[in-house]
Amino acid sequence: MKFAVIVFPGSNCDEDMYHAASEVLGEEADMVWFEEADLKKYDGVLLPGGFSYGDYLRSGAIASVSGVIEQVKEAIKDGKPVLGVCNGFQVLLEMGELPGAMLRNKNLTFMCHEEELIVKNNGTMFTAFYDEKETISLPIAHGEGNYYCDNQTLEELKRNNQIAFTYKNNPNGSTADIAGITNKEGNVLGMMPHPERAVEKLLGNDDGLRIFESILKHWRETHAVGN
Amino acid sequence: MCKVNIYITLKEAVLDPQGKAISDSLKDLKYEGVGDVRVGKYLQMEMEQTDNMEEQIEEMCKRLLANPVIEDYTYTIEEVV
Amino acid sequence: MPLVTEITPEKIEMDQLYKEMGVTDGEFHHIKKLLGRNPNYTELGIFSVMWSEHCSYKHSKTLLKQFPTEGKHVLQGPGEGAGVVDIGDEQAVVFKIESHNHPSAVEPYQGAATGVGGILRDVFSMGAKPIAILNSLRFGSLQNSRVKYLFKEVVHGISGYGNCVGVPTVGGEVQFDDAYNGNPLVNAMCVGLINHKDVQQGIAKGVGNTVMYAGAKTGRDGIHGATFASEELSEDSESKRPSVQVGDPFMEKLLIEACLDVIHHDALVGIQDMGAAGLTSSASEMASKAGTGLKMNLDLIPQRETGMTPYEMMLSESQERMLLVVEKGREKEIASVFERYGLEAVAVGEVTDDQQFVLEHKGEIVADVPVDGLAEDAPVYQPDSRTPAYFEEFQNQTYTPEIRNPRNVLRSLLQQPTIASKEWVYDQYDSMVQTNTVVRPGSDAAVLRIKGTDKAVAMTTDGNSRYIYLDPQTGGKIAVAEAARNIVCSGGEPLAITDGLNFGSPENPEVYWQMEGAVKGMSAACTSLETPVISGNVSLYNEAFGGHAIYPTPVVGMVGLVQETAHITTSDVKQEGDLLYVIGEASPEFGGSELQGMLEGKHFGQAPALDLETEERRQKELLSAIRNGLVSSAHDIAEGGLAVALAESLFKEELGCEVEIEGDEVTELFAETQSRFLVSVKPEKAEEFEAQIPEASFLGKATNNERFHIIRNGASVIDEPIQMLKADWKGAIPCLVKSEG
Repeated sequence: MKFAVIVFPGSNCDEDMYHAASEVLGEEADMVWFEEADLKKYDGVLLPGGFSYGDYLRSGAIASVSGVIEQVKEAIKDGKPVLGVCNGFQVLLEMGELPGAMLRNKNLTFMCHEEELIVKNNGTMFTAFYDEKETISLPIAHGEGNYYCDNQTLEELKRNNQIAFTYKNNPNGSTADIAGITNKEGNVLGMMPHPERAVEKLLGNDDGLRIFESILKHWRETHAVGN
Repeated sequence: MCKVNIYITLKEAVLDPQGKAISDSLKDLKYEGVGDVRVGKYLQMEMEQTDNMEEQIEEMCKRLLANPVIEDYTYTIEEVV
Repeated sequence: MPLVTEITPEKIEMDQLYKEMGVTDGEFHHIKKLLGRNPNYTELGIFSVMWSEHCSYKHSKTLLKQFPTEGKHVLQGPGEGAGVVDIGDEQAVVFKIESHNHPSAVEPYQGAATGVGGILRDVFSMGAKPIAILNSLRFGSLQNSRVKYLFKEVVHGISGYGNCVGVPTVGGEVQFDDAYNGNPLVNAMCVGLINHKDVQQGIAKGVGNTVMYAGAKTGRDGIHGATFASEELSEDSESKRPSVQVGDPFMEKLLIEACLDVIHHDALVGIQDMGAAGLTSSASEMASKAGTGLKMNLDLIPQRETGMTPYEMMLSESQERMLLVVEKGREKEIASVFERYGLEAVAVGEVTDDQQFVLEHKGEIVADVPVDGLAEDAPVYQPDSRTPAYFEEFQNQTYTPEIRNPRNVLRSLLQQPTIASKEWVYDQYDSMVQTNTVVRPGSDAAVLRIKGTDKAVAMTTDGNSRYIYLDPQTGGKIAVAEAARNIVCSGGEPLAITDGLNFGSPENPEVYWQMEGAVKGMSAACTSLETPVISGNVSLYNEAFGGHAIYPTPVVGMVGLVQETAHITTSDVKQEGDLLYVIGEASPEFGGSELQGMLEGKHFGQAPALDLETEERRQKELLSAIRNGLVSSAHDIAEGGLAVALAESLFKEELGCEVEIEGDEVTELFAETQSRFLVSVKPEKAEEFEAQIPEASFLGKATNNERFHIIRNGASVIDEPIQMLKADWKGAIPCLVKSEG
């Protein structure tokens, strides 16, 4: 499987995402500078965390109208898996590919530590390797991770089983403890916690690796048919 | 040339923790009359005057400057000689 | 500072305007002699910043020469942007610490943020990828509302800048003492990783080569920041606010990427960041190091504001700017590297052979001064030194604390801000980005793995200024030894240090005496522990409002090498049944202790003694036991003594302990005797461990009953639920920060 890690000016978890996909998962991956991307060559798109465009205006806002975005939309339409982590999630929200928006953390400060998450939906192409209702631990690192949506949207998210992860102890004020959601079609996952930071035991936690393994499993299953 | 003043505020339904912190702090400073505070953004933009400029500003606000999920916007246009 | 281009050289001398720039009568006459004429306003400005303490070290140079700077691992000692130390496999670490005390006292958010930005540039201008940021912070009492504001904003500033640039803030220290009420200390350290072949130098070689300017445009920010950093703070400092620079971490991030690309370009000759004294110091230092001259056309400098004078451009401390020297005719190639990141790189001058620093503006020569006059011929002072009366008095004192209830004392100690958990601080820092952080903030030292190898590097900042105040020489030794202890406890071999020397006014003979003693003590410890000084920074005149000097605060930033990731050790006791040992005996040493401060509200008496031979032996023995896989956890015994160290080690897993002590209760529990370690060992390794470290004395066991239980002569001395102690320790700082006032 071949992943594209999109690099925006100011992205800073791009190398970590690349490391997780290529060195740890062992698949092909490229870090693709946003102006030079040709996403047709890739099977999956990873939107990394960090501070694209310095988070100026709103987190992810400027990246969400940058040149590469039309291609990301194409990839989504083609049903390719698209994972947005932290700033990548914010970009997906700003693009309108996922519903809702991000506000500043309830306590107004940046926070960086591990949080316990509950797997709400293990039926997605990103979460197949988790058990339903399993508690996992992933690092968070954000100042604007307070997920907001109105009641109607929340009802829809629930009805369509789009909530992938919730926080066990909501750290930032997110609506309904939401930590990660998918689109209706299930091929886009946006999440604030950083799975790419939790893929090696040496760093204390590999709970995040199963997200990448799930993507790979799904790709193998869907592509084995044609072979 | 025109000066466009764009005001972006959080929608009323959206909790504004920063505004609340400021309001609390003002009350601590004994400004007892202070009620709710809402924090927003103010953008000053220079723009050439055209017939469809209002249309363009509306579009800018919707596409980039404000996030309609959480934010409202208003603007004024001043002519600069 | 008004616009004063029209001021004539004669008027400068007649009205003694040079004094406004911090230039003394003697220095002014020296400048006249060097030039053979009166300096004009721009030239005087250039001299004033280059001859400021910050750039010239004029009051500390003779002391700094005492530091050992060479060693088997050192590839680059002091003199470049940062020092370079070999870690094997053709790799090296590059590191340096720098202070941003004065800007942070005036505008804490931007002061701290730009402090981080500056130290990052020092490291990546060497060609190294920044892999970690640490800091060392000192504040006054958190009861004081101004201090509370400074503390919060400094932390926000570090977090705002560091998180955005994508370099993890992995460690550091924060201490609180009334001595810093008006003058906080903000020292930031950066560690970078580099391949030997990529090490860059800031030199302007090759006559005819082009000088290029890259990064942010120049504005009027920070004018006279370097002299500002060398003055005592006064009530006026608040009104000097415009002097503080504003940082743009997004620009810095792009600049890092672009510079790490450009160093692989063969057209690059030299590169240096524009730090304190901006364009002036970077340009003149690059020429001075190469023995060349340099000519710049100021009309070509990218400017953010209109109508800037040569004086303003040369003294601006706008952030996120770099100066490059590139081969003539290849400017476009270099510019295109920066363009990819949306950055501007433009030619602004050329390298000349006349060893003059020449500036042209609107067709006129506005400065023409000898390069060496700025850098090499800066004045060097030998300040007077006098032993303060307090020292004699303290040396004759013995202090023994009176304690009735050790349980209450322990609980109070755990709530002292200097001891209490710093989670409120480090939770705001992204400590994990770049996915190398094996040991996160909160242990003795941070440890980062080096991708593609089985190695890791350990890093820490330390410096207990109370000991240094009581006895600078002994305290100086302790600062270095404690840093080394933290490295060793983490499984690393100490390699080298960077020093951040924060003192009051060197023109006060008693302060200079403190400087002399501290440097002497640090040098002795560096020699004996084989950790040479490879870089550093001096911040003097830390005296707020009416000559109240801070405690002498030299801060040690140390980096060590962990040979194999399997050696990485933390301070946390891992499981029930593990055996607890202490290495080193306690003596009744309480001068400068946390306990003394808590009970008496001040520090006096003798600093704890330090024997460097014992220190070195114990560190080597412990490191070898760790490498042999015999040690489950290791923690140095520091502020608050054994009781605090033991409690801290049990908090993570919320284990209990059953520990028996002999001898004097207060000494055993709370004395701050040096060169001691608390170690836990698995029962099956006990025999081998005891054989390797015969000096280790058995204390007891970790238990699963969650009680912190200390026994003496068969009776309980302390018996508390570990969760309660943890709550005291964890809650103290958030509680102080949130409290009113």
